[in-house]
Amino acid sequence: MSERDEAAERGGGRPGAGGAGGFRDRLLGRVRLSGWLALAAPLLAVLFAALITSVVLLIAGSSPLAAFDTLVEYGSQPRTMAVILNNATMYYISALAVAVGFRMNLFNIGVDGQYRLAAVVAAGVGGAALLPGVLNIVLVLVVAVLVGALWAGIAGLLKVKRGVSEVIATIMLNAIATGLASWLMSNHLGVLTGNDLATRPIPEGSRMPGMELIAGTPKLVNGFLVVAIILGIAYYVLLNRTRFGFELRATGMSEPAALASGIGVKRMVVTTMVVSGAVAGLAGMPELLGETYKYSNNFPAGLGFDGIAIALLGRNNPVGMALGALLWSFLGNSSDSLQMINISKETVDIMKGVTVLSVIIAYELVHRYRIIAEQRRAGQETAASPAAEGAAA
Amino acid sequence: MLMAAAACGSGDDTSTATSEASSSAAPGGAALKVGLAYDIGGRGDGSFNDAAARGLDQAVSELKAEKKELEAAAGETDAQKEERIRLLASNGYNPVIAVGFAYSEPLKKVAPEFPDVKFAIVDDDAATGENISNLVFSEEQGSFLVGVAAAIKSKKDSIGFVGGVDVPLIHKFQAGFEAGAKAVKPDIKVQSKYLTQPPDFAGFNDPAKGKTAAQGMFDSGADVVYQAAGGSGSGVFEAAKAAGAMAIGVDSDQAALPAYADVKDVIITSMIKKIDVAVFDFLKRASEGTVQAGKTVYDLKADGVGYSTTGGKIDDITSQIDEYKQKIINGEITVPSS
Repeated sequence: MSERDEAAERGGGRPGAGGAGGFRDRLLGRVRLSGWLALAAPLLAVLFAALITSVVLLIAGSSPLAAFDTLVEYGSQPRTMAVILNNATMYYISALAVAVGFRMNLFNIGVDGQYRLAAVVAAGVGGAALLPGVLNIVLVLVVAVLVGALWAGIAGLLKVKRGVSEVIATIMLNAIATGLASWLMSNHLGVLTGNDLATRPIPEGSRMPGMELIAGTPKLVNGFLVVAIILGIAYYVLLNRTRFGFELRATGMSEPAALASGIGVKRMVVTTMVVSGAVAGLAGMPELLGETYKYSNNFPAGLGFDGIAIALLGRNNPVGMALGALLWSFLGNSSDSLQMINISKETVDIMKGVTVLSVIIAYELVHRYRIIAEQRRAGQETAASPAAEGAAA
Repeated sequence: MLMAAAACGSGDDTSTATSEASSSAAPGGAALKVGLAYDIGGRGDGSFNDAAARGLDQAVSELKAEKKELEAAAGETDAQKEERIRLLASNGYNPVIAVGFAYSEPLKKVAPEFPDVKFAIVDDDAATGENISNLVFSEEQGSFLVGVAAAIKSKKDSIGFVGGVDVPLIHKFQAGFEAGAKAVKPDIKVQSKYLTQPPDFAGFNDPAKGKTAAQGMFDSGADVVYQAAGGSGSGVFEAAKAAGAMAIGVDSDQAALPAYADVKDVIITSMIKKIDVAVFDFLKRASEGTVQAGKTVYDLKADGVGYSTTGGKIDDITSQIDEYKQKIINGEITVPSS
């Protein structure tokens, strides 16, 4: 990280800031923790989450020990590891899309609509088999990226041209995307099999091959894991190593300051939304190209909202979000195992919610501790320095 | 917290029930271990899933079967559904029942891995195999009959249909209902609305949406509304009650369900889809070792669909409805399914 960046990061921290802006900067991971504090926060969060979950389980009349035992056993089986990785891949891509916006204070709630619309159109194009083999995969990906980018771009344009909040615009666009996707499915792309409506499957030569990554299970790991890792690295490089990334973060920290230093804020808003949407377009691709090969009524919904939670969990940090996606996927997939020992599936939703809150609270507590400690140290230094001068004299 | 406690409290009851069942089954040795995977909404939706649950409960009490039920989460992937069925099969549950066409693709993948396990799937005939029984229904035929009832009972010659999610399965309900109503009154006005579009399946589980949709229909002149909306149906009943109008239930005999005791007066009839009978039949055959793979169609002829008379609101017109019923069974009337 360059010095310029350090300064920008610290500027966002606004020492001693207890106001809303300060909290948001800390919430979105703009203020870094250093040393042992960086380790204390996640540990505290895990402890919180485990504690509250235990209380919930006890109230519900289940044994927390049995529950955690089941979770550990579930998570340590080779087959479930593959399943967890596969789901986490989608969650991670979705979280990256959300995080790009978050870093600029843009709340792209529309990742959900963007990935679904992108998946429908891409599935239709892929199923038509216009190109042979691998070329078809590339075509499907390009279409998905373009559709996602365009759909998010609408919200960006509305914001800079008409001042419409991107939160409102993207929520509305989600609803429109649902309607549009449904119309495309029932009138153009859908083929009825039994009681399900689905696009034509993508031909066998144009599917993302799975990887035998985990020993001891025939379950393959989705090839998109590699794509997700590349996207994570690209996210880091884009934000921390490019001019665009610097401008994006600077605009996120203070729009007037960015404007004053010659950053085209309006252009940044549109570009960021487009980038966020382009990434969002890829979120449905692991499922489309690696699992079901078609878009059907059963295509997973709500990935965009999982992405928001995971971006918060991972504090917009590429590694943090990867851990968050894995945790999210682990909890979600463990639902059936917990139901096997008669813990209701709603408990899992509570666990997920508690985890997000714990992370936010734990980090905030550690930040406050840091701020108070810094103030005390500064106070001691000021108190100590006249005495030192006096002694010298 | 309280809600969680309540929800899990009921989960606890099933746990004691299960352990009792297993202990009582232990001496016999040959008791069935039934695994059942619900569609979204799960046990307690007062409709589709509950009908399957009733069949299962009957098997638990009459066949001394042991049960394990797993519920689906909203927005999950096919792979997650696949894991759910696999978990049941690999934990020794046999037979395993998947409720809902959403399990079609997943079951197609899992069934061949467990050749000794008997699988059944409700509402789907696309997943076929040597150990898969497909339990499908002629929803359009039952809906035709309640369409007849709606048309006769409507004073304003205007009725409505509320579908949970805009999917082909629910189109069958709508098509049958309209055809039945128009068979009685060719000029009757039929409004139709679906609560959500796939892949958003919230429409099967959102009473507020059901209420708004039905209110709109009553406001624009309808006086009977038929709902095929799973858990959202209770909203339709509430709207009917508020408007002083009539409603028609679905899947279960909803006027007789304790969950709808407050609104039972507005439910003139329900289109009954006997998933409970189908599930119990399958389990009974499984206990006798006479399960047949392939499709079983539960239509009017097989008494797999029908209409309810609980509350006595349509007692005066049952002879008319039964005339149509006979014509459908004879093949004089062919009910459209889309």
